[in-house]
Amino acid sequence: MTPKEGQVRIPSGCAIAAVISREGNRMTGERIIEAMKPMHDRSNGLGGGFAAYGIYPEYRDFYALHFFFDSRDTRKTCEAYLKERFEIYKAERIPTRKLPQITDEPMIWRYFVAPLQSVLRDLQLDEKEFVVRTVMHINTSMKGAYIFSSGKNMGTFKAVGFPEDVGVYYRLDEYEGYAWTAHGRYPTNTPGWWGGAHPFTLLDYSVVHNGEISSYDANRRYIEMFGYKCTLQTDTEVITYILDYLIRRQELTLSEAASVIAAPFWSTIEGKTDLEDKRKHIYLRTLFPSLLITGPFSIVLGFDGGLMALNDRLKLRSMVVGEKDDKVFVASEEAAIRVMEPDAGNLYAPAGGEPVIIRVKEGAY
Amino acid sequence: MPDVKGMDHRAVNAFLRGTDGDCTLTGCCGQRFIAAGMSGKHIRIEGVPGNALGAYLNGGTITVMGNAQDAVGDTMNAGRIVVHGSIGDAAGYAMRGGEIFVRGDAGYRAGIHMKAYREKSPLLVIGGTAGSFLGEYQAGGTIIVLGLDSDKKIVSFFPCTGMHGGKMFLRSDCRDIAFPSQVTARAADDTDRADLRKHLHDYCAVFGLDPKDVLDTPFTVVTPDSSNPYQQMYVAN
Repeated sequence: MTPKEGQVRIPSGCAIAAVISREGNRMTGERIIEAMKPMHDRSNGLGGGFAAYGIYPEYRDFYALHFFFDSRDTRKTCEAYLKERFEIYKAERIPTRKLPQITDEPMIWRYFVAPLQSVLRDLQLDEKEFVVRTVMHINTSMKGAYIFSSGKNMGTFKAVGFPEDVGVYYRLDEYEGYAWTAHGRYPTNTPGWWGGAHPFTLLDYSVVHNGEISSYDANRRYIEMFGYKCTLQTDTEVITYILDYLIRRQELTLSEAASVIAAPFWSTIEGKTDLEDKRKHIYLRTLFPSLLITGPFSIVLGFDGGLMALNDRLKLRSMVVGEKDDKVFVASEEAAIRVMEPDAGNLYAPAGGEPVIIRVKEGAY
Repeated sequence: MPDVKGMDHRAVNAFLRGTDGDCTLTGCCGQRFIAAGMSGKHIRIEGVPGNALGAYLNGGTITVMGNAQDAVGDTMNAGRIVVHGSIGDAAGYAMRGGEIFVRGDAGYRAGIHMKAYREKSPLLVIGGTAGSFLGEYQAGGTIIVLGLDSDKKIVSFFPCTGMHGGKMFLRSDCRDIAFPSQVTARAADDTDRADLRKHLHDYCAVFGLDPKDVLDTPFTVVTPDSSNPYQQMYVAN
């Protein structure tokens, strides 16, 4: 039997792209699928995926749990577990198109759920923490079940295949979102399983990542102290949990979180003339030394109402940003941006460690 | 004048190999390795060529009317690549001959590990500013950054890291730039300026610039202190 992801480590070129409307205008997934085509050679067919924000407005108050199941029995067992903890507003198969390029499908379901207030009271947990714990429990303890998306009014869609096929497979032309991220995978450390494709998500945070971080184990050991469980040996999973920890639990701003994971060199901090900024960087590097991510990465973090693009501090991967009207585009290559918007302007490559944060205007999502 | 929209890089290169002399590609969008290893062609590109444009180029010219992506001229040996827009990361990666002329800015690591060999000495000229790690591990050849029409710092952090050969000219007094300890940065003297004039002759002609305007300002010259900085690191060599 082929080993599953998480059971073996093989020592990445990848492709990422994203688009967001600052006005909250919703777009179908067609444009972001097109963007992945010129970057085809950056992936090898072992993983493609998308995150879409604003796609479930009619269920916006419910957590949308996307599941892979290996069998009907697993699904039944899992549903019984969910029913004790959540009100299940709706359960359905995620619609797909049969494609010769996409094979060995697991069962793919989604549940729109709300945590039972009585359970929250008993456990003395806030809603988000409760959802996180449920995700961690199912993904580590319930064999054959895997939650790959758990946010509100957003969803992740991923599979083994090239991203442009994965997008067609999941019928992303039928969804409309104000922000999309996409990933084409070239796995270098793990064999490539549906759950290991990007984006990686937790609550409404999703991460697509091009790179190969060298601090994985140091980061993992630290973050696992706070209840996160890294099940897949892939570096992107740990980045997702670090960002959830820093932003949701430590309540850092996005740019502070960026300063932790892509901290400037001490020599660069030493040379800063803005003393307030200097003090802040010293504080963050001192407080979270184990969350510095070293090695190459370019990531796009999706969250409720926005995106953040970030390169590692040495900028060992490429990333380009462009804009047109209300839209901002991010991609590993300019070619991908030109496919989404031939007339995109203000093109630039952000420096290593310089976060690019784009928010949808308040009330528009 | 073929429109290469939707063609993959193999098809584009197969077409180029079949042409001789001048050729214009339109609708280019991300195809990698264009003209890799070729010589004697004169190729004009409209659109955005993909990574490793002109890798191992062995002669002829490539002219990009807009921007180029990463690793342009990777390990090129001869010929000229002209980019009218800006260029991505690692431009001229390990090139050992020929010229790359960029009108706009360069990304990170321009000229990384450029080298020279006997009569071969590559030239990389950047019209705008350069990102961090300019000339990282530079072993030979010449890098010039002009910072034209820009109020940004001429080069970002950590230029010349590991530089141990070749020469760099920066059109600035570089008071705000920190160089590593194994290189010497000094103001250009008359001999340097004569060198610069020679190096910039074709660049100015290609982009329609007046060499007087370009040269009439302070330049900093950076050279490594030793051509063999690793002499005693492991064994005497």
